[in-house]
Amino acid sequence: MSHTPPFRLARGGRLIDRAFQVPFRFDGRHLRGLQGDSLASALLANGQMLMGRSFKYHRPRGPIASGAEEPNALFGLGQGGRFEPNQRATTTALLPGMMLRSQNCWPSLDADIGAVNSWLSPIFPAGFYYKTFIHPRPFWKHVFEPIIRHSAGLGRAPTDPDPDRYEQAYAHVDTVVVGGGIAGLLAAQRAADQGGSVLVLEQTAIWGGRTPVDHPGGQARIDDLLADLRGRGNVTLRRNTMATGLYDHGYLLAREALADHDPNQGIPRQRLWRIRAGHVVTATGALERPLAFACNDVPGVMLASAVRDMIVDYGVAPGQRVVVVTNNDDAYRTALIAADAGLEVSVIDARRTADGDLPQAARARNIPVLMNTGIAKVKGGRHVEGVVLCDAEGEGKATGGIDCDVVAMSGGWSPVVHLWSHCGGKLTWDEPQAMFRPNPERPPLGADGQGNVSATGAANGDLRCAGDLERAEQPTMPVWCMPRNAPYKLRSKMWLDFQNDVKVSDVELAAREGYASVEHTKRYTTLGMATDQGKVSNINGLAVLSKALNQPIPQTGTTTFRPPYTPLTLATIAADARGEAFQPLRKTPMHDWHARNGASWEPVGHWRRPYCYPKGGEDRHAAVNREILAVRRGVGTLDASTLGKILVKGPDAGRFLDMMYTNMMSTLPVGKCRYGLMCSENGFLMDDGVVVRLTEDSWLCHTTTGGADRIHGHMEDWLQCEWWDWQVYTANLTEQYAQIAIAGPKAREVLERLPGSIDLSQDALPFMTWAEGDIAGIPARVYRISFSGELSYEIAVPTSRGLELWERLHEAGRDLGITPYGTEAMHVMRAEKGFIMIGDETDGTIIPQDLGLGWAISKKKTDYLGKRAQSRSHMKDRSRWQLVGLESLDGRVIPDGAYAVDEGVNPNGQRKTQGRVTSSYHSPTLDRPIAMALVRHGTERMGQVIEFPMPSGEVLKGRICDPVFYDKEGARLNG
Amino acid sequence: MLILTCPYCGVKAEETELQPGGEAHLKRVGPAGSDDEFEDYMFARKNAKGVHFERWRHAYGCGKWFLAARDTATLQVYGTYSAQTPHPPARIVAAIRDVHPDWQPDWTETAGADAE
Repeated sequence: MSHTPPFRLARGGRLIDRAFQVPFRFDGRHLRGLQGDSLASALLANGQMLMGRSFKYHRPRGPIASGAEEPNALFGLGQGGRFEPNQRATTTALLPGMMLRSQNCWPSLDADIGAVNSWLSPIFPAGFYYKTFIHPRPFWKHVFEPIIRHSAGLGRAPTDPDPDRYEQAYAHVDTVVVGGGIAGLLAAQRAADQGGSVLVLEQTAIWGGRTPVDHPGGQARIDDLLADLRGRGNVTLRRNTMATGLYDHGYLLAREALADHDPNQGIPRQRLWRIRAGHVVTATGALERPLAFACNDVPGVMLASAVRDMIVDYGVAPGQRVVVVTNNDDAYRTALIAADAGLEVSVIDARRTADGDLPQAARARNIPVLMNTGIAKVKGGRHVEGVVLCDAEGEGKATGGIDCDVVAMSGGWSPVVHLWSHCGGKLTWDEPQAMFRPNPERPPLGADGQGNVSATGAANGDLRCAGDLERAEQPTMPVWCMPRNAPYKLRSKMWLDFQNDVKVSDVELAAREGYASVEHTKRYTTLGMATDQGKVSNINGLAVLSKALNQPIPQTGTTTFRPPYTPLTLATIAADARGEAFQPLRKTPMHDWHARNGASWEPVGHWRRPYCYPKGGEDRHAAVNREILAVRRGVGTLDASTLGKILVKGPDAGRFLDMMYTNMMSTLPVGKCRYGLMCSENGFLMDDGVVVRLTEDSWLCHTTTGGADRIHGHMEDWLQCEWWDWQVYTANLTEQYAQIAIAGPKAREVLERLPGSIDLSQDALPFMTWAEGDIAGIPARVYRISFSGELSYEIAVPTSRGLELWERLHEAGRDLGITPYGTEAMHVMRAEKGFIMIGDETDGTIIPQDLGLGWAISKKKTDYLGKRAQSRSHMKDRSRWQLVGLESLDGRVIPDGAYAVDEGVNPNGQRKTQGRVTSSYHSPTLDRPIAMALVRHGTERMGQVIEFPMPSGEVLKGRICDPVFYDKEGARLNG
Repeated sequence: MLILTCPYCGVKAEETELQPGGEAHLKRVGPAGSDDEFEDYMFARKNAKGVHFERWRHAYGCGKWFLAARDTATLQVYGTYSAQTPHPPARIVAAIRDVHPDWQPDWTETAGADAE
C-alpha cells in the first residue's frame, strides 16, 4: 500500500495549534487531532482516508472537498439526544471527546456487506427503481420495499429528544454581505462608506475565504480590511453564520453556530437569524468542479483546492506523492504548495499549452508538467495507488503511468449562485470561463421593483482574486469527460454525483431514454439529489446531458436552486416554540378548578376543556356515563366559557345578520334567543349557535368554541369588503364573559337557591328567552337555551366572576348531587337528542338541507350567504346523503366514520358506498348504542338495514331510524 | 415573505402578520344570478402571472382588510389601497404603467374615479 505516514507535516497549518492535542473517537477507536483541526483534517492526519460509503453501491469513499460541498465524508456525531447524522467532516471543528460514527455501512466501514451492490451495478443503472422492481408484482410489497426501506436514507435519525436550546433573532439591515472573503470584505467597505448599516456573514470561523491560502500577501490584506471594518460603527461582522436561504422582499435566513457540539458552554446551541435586508451582496465565492475520469471516486482523489487547504490550513498531507490533474491555471497553486511542503508532485494538464505565471512557476520549480494529457483510469481500490495516463483528446489508450497516493483534480470553478437564484435571480452562461454566473440584467427584485441582490467576486464569475491581489490566469478549457472520446467502459466508471453514485453513463442513459429536461434527468438519475444537493456534480452533470442531447449547455439550463444552501436542523427552525411554548394555551376562569377536580383534558382550538372528571379510579368512559346520568336525573354544570360571543351592533345590524344567517334574525324580538345557521357563500354549513337579541340595535351571536375568531373574521370580511356602507360594528367578546350551563331537572331549583333579581320561573323565563339581573350578587345574563335537551340555563357573567359563580352553584347544589360534566357528556347528550355538531355532522361539504335543518332556512329572505349556491343542481339533488339515526342490530357501537356499502363496485373496483356514520356513542340514558349517519335517500328509508363492513372482515348492521333518540316531544326542556 | 404596507394603520407588515384573502374586486353574484355567472364569481380566478390585485387582512394588527396590487412574477408591489373601492385607484394604475406601459385594466376607467 502506497499510503504511508507521516501525514501531519512538520511545518505549517495556519489554523492549528500544535501545543494542544485533542482526543476523539472514531468508530470506537481512540485518536488524537490538534486544536483547530476539522474532523476531516484530524482523520487524514491519522492516516484515515476512508471516511464513508457511497449511498447506492457502498463504494469506499474519502473526502473530496474542504468545505460545505463535501459529498462523502459524513458522520454521525454525538450520543443520545445530541446524536446528529450526516455531519460534514470538512466543516465540523474537532472538539475534545467527540464521538464520530461512520454511516451507510454494515458491519463496519472497512468490511461493508453492502459493497456487494457495487458488483451488482449493472442491474442498478439510472432509474433502476422504476425498472428493476416492477415484476413480479407481489415482490414489491413483500421483498423489494422492506429491503429498500431498510437501506434507504443516509445516517440514522436520533431517537431521543434534543436537549439543547436553540433561539431565533431578528435583524433589519441596509446591506447584508454574505461571505467573508476578500470580495465580501471589500463590498462591506464600499457599503459602509455609503453610511447605512452593514452586516457581514461568514459561514466559517475564519475570515478571508480562499485569499490567505491562495495569495502570498493574502492574510495581511484580509487583516487590514478587518481592522478597518471593525473600526466602523455601522458594520457588524458575524462569523460561523451560514446564510441558508433568500426569500421574498429581502428576507434572509441565516444559521449562526454558537455552541455546536459543545453543550457545556451553557448558551443556545444555534441561533436562526431572520433578517430583512435592504440589499444583499452575495460574495459566496465559487466551488471547484471535479473532473470526470474513470475511477475518480477512489479515496485519495480530491479536489485540488482541498489538497492545498489541508496542507496550508492544517499542515496535513493527504499523501506523499501528488498528481495534479487540471484544465486550468489555478490548480498549479496546489502543485506549488505541495512542492513547498516537500511532497513529490507532477502535473497533468489537459490543455495544449499553459504559459501563465503559475504554470511557469511550476516548471521553474522543476515540477514535471505533462500537456495535452489526461487520466485514463485511477489505480487502486480502497486507496489511490497510481494513475494511467492517456491523450486528453483520445479514447483512453494508455500512454504511461505515475505511481501516486493522491490525485488533486480541478475541472474549473463554478460560482456559488444559490442565494442569487433562490428568489428569482437569473443566470447567464459564460462561455470563455465555462460557468453559469449571475445575470446582472435580471436580479431578484424587491418590493419596489428594483434589484435587491448583487453578486461580487468569484460568486459573480470573477475568479481572479478581487481587489489589488489580482493575477493573470489563462483561460480554462472545459473538460466534461476525460479523455474526450472515452469508451463506455471508462464512462461507466466516471462519477458525477459521488454520494448518490451517478456516473457519466447514467446521465447518457437518461438522455437516450428520452429525458431531455434537466429537471427530469435529475429525478430519474438522482443526480444532485443527495444531502450535498449537487454542489460538486451539478454543472458536470448538465454538461454531460447537453453533450448527449447534442445541444449547447445554456439550452439545457440548470435545475432549480432551492433553499436551504446547507441543511438546517429542525430544532433551529422551531427554536423556543417547543413544548409548552409551542402555542398559547387559552384557559377559562374556571380552569384551575377543573384541574383541582381531576379534569381529563381535551384540546379544542387553543383551549383546554374538561373532557370529563374521572373520580375514584373511574376510567373516562365510566366518568362520562356517570356525568350524563347525573344531568338527566338531577343537575350538572358545564363550563361553556369557550363558546364564541360576538356582539353585532348598529342601525344595519339586523339586515347584516339576515345575510350572515340562513334564518331571519332581524325579526327576533328583544329578549328572545334563536338557533341560527351560518353558511359559506358556497352554500356549506360552517357554524351554528344561538343568537340573542339584546336591544333594538344589538345582537349577541354565539359561535362554536373553535369558530369564534374565524366567524368574527368572516363577519368583518363582508362588512369591510362588500357592504362597507352598512352601519354595523362587531366586537369579539368571547373572553369578556364566563359562561356556565346548568342543566337537568333540578337546574331551576339550584339556581333559585342563590339570591338574585331574576325571575327564573317557566312563565317569566320560558324556553328561548333571556333575562338580565344579578345572581349571587354577580351581574349576569341568563339564557334559557339547551344543548342537552334538559331544563337548562346558560349564565354569562364577567370573566372575573366566573369562578365565583361556579363555586356558588356547586355549594348550592351539593345536596342535590350537582355534578360538573365535560365535553364528552355534552356530545353524547346532544346526540341522544339528535342535535348536530359542527365538525361531526359537517365536514365542509354538507348543507343544512342535508341535516334536516330546512326549518332554519328562511323562505322569506331574498338573499343570504349561501342561498344562491344552495340552488345549484348538485345542491338540490335528491340523492344527496341525508341525516338519519342508526340503531345497532347487535348492541355493538358502529364506529364513527364507518361507511355503509351499496351494491356493485366503482370504476376502481371498490364497493360502492351509500352513507357514513357521523357520530356514534353508547347512550347511558338509553343503555344502548346510538348513532347518526348521512345516508342516500336516508329520510325515505326508515326501518331499512344497511351494512358496515369492518377492516376485520365482519359486517356490522344498522337500522335507519329518526335521529332523535330521547324525549322526542321535548317535554324535559321545561323541567 | 412579502412586506405590504397596511393603508389603514401605516404599518409595514410582514406576511406573517397578514391573512390572505385571494383575488380582489370580485363582484358578488346573488340569488338573481345565473348558474354561469355564479360559477364565475365563486370559482373562476385569474391566477395571473404578472399584475394582480388581491385581498389581505392585517389580521395581527389593526384587523382591517385592504387590497394590494402586486406582480406575482417579479414580487414588485405597486401599492396597497382601501378595500372599499370597486377598482384600483389612479395612483395604482399609474404605478403599474410605470413598469408596464401597455397594461390595460379590465374595467372602464372614468375621470375622477380615484376616490381614496
